[in-house]
Amino acid sequence: MYMFKYILKRIGLMLMTFCIIMLICFVLIKLLPIPINTTIGQDSEILKERLRARGYYDPILVQLFNYVKRIFTEGDFGIGVNMPGYINAPVWDAFVSRLPPTVLINVYSSLIGVPIGLGLGIFAALKKNKWQDHVISTGVMLLISVPSIVYAFLIQYIFCFKLDWFPIMMETGTDYFTWAMFRSMMPATLSLSLGSIAGYARGTRAELTEVLTSEFMLLARTKGLTRGQATLRHALRNSMVPIFPSILSEFVAVLSGSMIIENIFAIPGVGMLYLTSIRVLDYDFFMLLSGFYCLVGLTAGIVVDISYGFIDPRIRMGAR
Amino acid sequence: MKDKNFDIKNIPAEHFEFASDRDISHDKKLSTKPVGYFKDAFRRFCKNKGSVVAAIIIIILVLFAIIAPFCTPYTVSYSDEYFAYALPKNGWFASTNFWDGCSKISVNETTFNEYYYAGAETGRYSIKNQEYTKKGDLYTFRLDSYEVNGCVYKNVSDAEYKNIQKYQNETGIQVLYPIVPVSKRPKYPQVQKKLGSYYYETKLLGGNVIAPVLEGGKLKLIYATHKVGESRRDEYDSKRIAGDGEKGVEYEYAVRNDTNWEVRINCYEYYVYNHTYVLKDGIKKPSFLFGTTSTGQDIFTCLAIGARFSFLFAIAVAVVNLIVGAIYGSIEGYYGGKTDIIMERISDILSAVPSMIVITLLKLHMGGSGHILVLFLAFFLTGWIGMAGTTRMQFYRYKNQEYVLAARTLGARDRRLMFKHIFPNALGTLVTSCALIIPSMIFSETSLSYLGIIDLTSGNLTSVGTLLANGQAYLTSYPHIILFPSLFLSLLMLSFNLFGNGLRDAFNPSLRGTEG
Repeated sequence: MYMFKYILKRIGLMLMTFCIIMLICFVLIKLLPIPINTTIGQDSEILKERLRARGYYDPILVQLFNYVKRIFTEGDFGIGVNMPGYINAPVWDAFVSRLPPTVLINVYSSLIGVPIGLGLGIFAALKKNKWQDHVISTGVMLLISVPSIVYAFLIQYIFCFKLDWFPIMMETGTDYFTWAMFRSMMPATLSLSLGSIAGYARGTRAELTEVLTSEFMLLARTKGLTRGQATLRHALRNSMVPIFPSILSEFVAVLSGSMIIENIFAIPGVGMLYLTSIRVLDYDFFMLLSGFYCLVGLTAGIVVDISYGFIDPRIRMGAR
Repeated sequence: MKDKNFDIKNIPAEHFEFASDRDISHDKKLSTKPVGYFKDAFRRFCKNKGSVVAAIIIIILVLFAIIAPFCTPYTVSYSDEYFAYALPKNGWFASTNFWDGCSKISVNETTFNEYYYAGAETGRYSIKNQEYTKKGDLYTFRLDSYEVNGCVYKNVSDAEYKNIQKYQNETGIQVLYPIVPVSKRPKYPQVQKKLGSYYYETKLLGGNVIAPVLEGGKLKLIYATHKVGESRRDEYDSKRIAGDGEKGVEYEYAVRNDTNWEVRINCYEYYVYNHTYVLKDGIKKPSFLFGTTSTGQDIFTCLAIGARFSFLFAIAVAVVNLIVGAIYGSIEGYYGGKTDIIMERISDILSAVPSMIVITLLKLHMGGSGHILVLFLAFFLTGWIGMAGTTRMQFYRYKNQEYVLAARTLGARDRRLMFKHIFPNALGTLVTSCALIIPSMIFSETSLSYLGIIDLTSGNLTSVGTLLANGQAYLTSYPHIILFPSLFLSLLMLSFNLFGNGLRDAFNPSLRGTEG
């Protein structure tokens, strides 16, 4: 029961934090004048009237009330003002249409990165201080240190250009489950997964080496388990305690993705939408996406904390 | 003593004895030097080979950022359209096939002819040493990116035209080459961009190949001419190329174009003329250690300036963060209770705001007042929280220890207790987190300017991220533009990570004495 209470408390706190952040965001954004770019063949007066009808020139508190009301009664997060292709269109629709590429790329990269990372980490820990371990550790150090921006360029240059394995840019269209689309997503997926491979390999190696030297491993061997059995049943399980929550949180964070990777490989995802919204100064988009990123970040944090309590019975979250 | 029963205040002199050296026990003087906390940390840091190497690399990079801007004659605002995309070149390697500003290419016959005969006229070879191999229809050779333009048509003012002639007379270097009348210039669409290279008659062969017309193995020149002794329409009175003036015919070097002269200049020699004779800015000849960008900026200079900015900025932010975080964390940790809870909630909320949103909001509100300030504020707003957390932890660890109690009993005030007695314990971890925060700050700054959210390029300033963003479009054709900024960034991150790890281990007292 205390666990349930703890979760409720955490979620309540999270919502409070979220509301405060969004309130600050909203006020700061609404303090700015609304810029409207006049494009050829587009009458800015129509847009202006539309905005006026929606109350975008009212006092901020009234606007806040309207904004929250619209979200909860109509699911309306506002309309695009300057976003190319989405002018005078609901921002929510634009957001939903941009979600699949981001999520897919991140899911693929997690599917590649987690098993390989764990595998490498376990292998390195079992071969501790042998040459295999040194090779893996050096590689992991390199991958962790070298910024993703650099190895994304390397992947683009080597795999897309020199070897011509993948197309340089992502396929256009909305058929996300064709082979061509999958292939065109691969460079971005690879770039993303390299980072998580390195992270998991390092974490797993550190945890597993620590568990392998602990007393209960000796006991397990003493009671007659083979090395493999002891490692699999005792060491591995225990070493997963801090690793597993981060895997969980990674699956929450797949939503947000990486702006740099999306920018390099021209992926029409959420990150790209955010960058465009800043560039063309489209504030309804900015509000929605800020809220989204904020929520994803906070949720990922909570998931880590709560899952500790479920995985490891020794950790009693919220207990005094 | 009891049985003697004498007056304690008047002990007779005979009861006293001289003390000998043996009876006084001095503290032994330490035969080894005392080792303080920082000295010990330094000693243990030096044992970690990887970290020491990393520290040396960091020092080299920092020196590069400090010294390089003074050593190069170029600036960030310098750019030269004729020498855009120039490849890295180092004078010492000119005779080798490495770092010589050349790239190996395979081209068709038309392009090959263009380069080959352009070099034959001026003696400045686009094809390195005029060496090439032919295989089928393809010619393979090393193309010198500094000579790739050869000669181009350019409009110069009357004064500049005179000045170039004067320069030619003084130095004996040919900058101007005879022009070709507009009617005689080749009309093929594929050569329009390189018209300056065609000073000979051409013909169209099969397979769209444009080749020179050869008469007895010699090119058929199509320069504008006049007879010797006739009035000079070009008003040219300077050094003439070989063969000029033979058979009673002189070549013309310019043609009136409204108020300007249209001349045919050799890009390389014009560059030398412009920098040594006109601008006198210390540039002897075009030679770019790291090559140039798509706009003709010197990458070496841009990188050094960008690196210098990154370092200075990161250190400034780190210092401010350290000070604010340390004070905030000390107050939180020392007083505890309600103060702690309230202050913790504030920093909790601040740290939950994604930094991207902070930066965007700041930029939208203060974008006009300079992006450096925006960046500084954005990094500061969320950056000090980590430092505060570290300090707070250390305070919780040490504030109830006996020596603090002793100091308090002796009458030390809160401020003295906080900063004299407890804070030094947190210094080691703070130094480590400072060392670790600098690369992450440089990386954030780079990615923000790469994404175009922050634009640091103004006047004589640029950033590594901007270089990366500009170079990305030419990744496939001119990878060198992106190579050096990437290399710098990777090296910096790698060495800072290794350095930071070494520092963390060195400052961790629990590891004391565990290794050798």
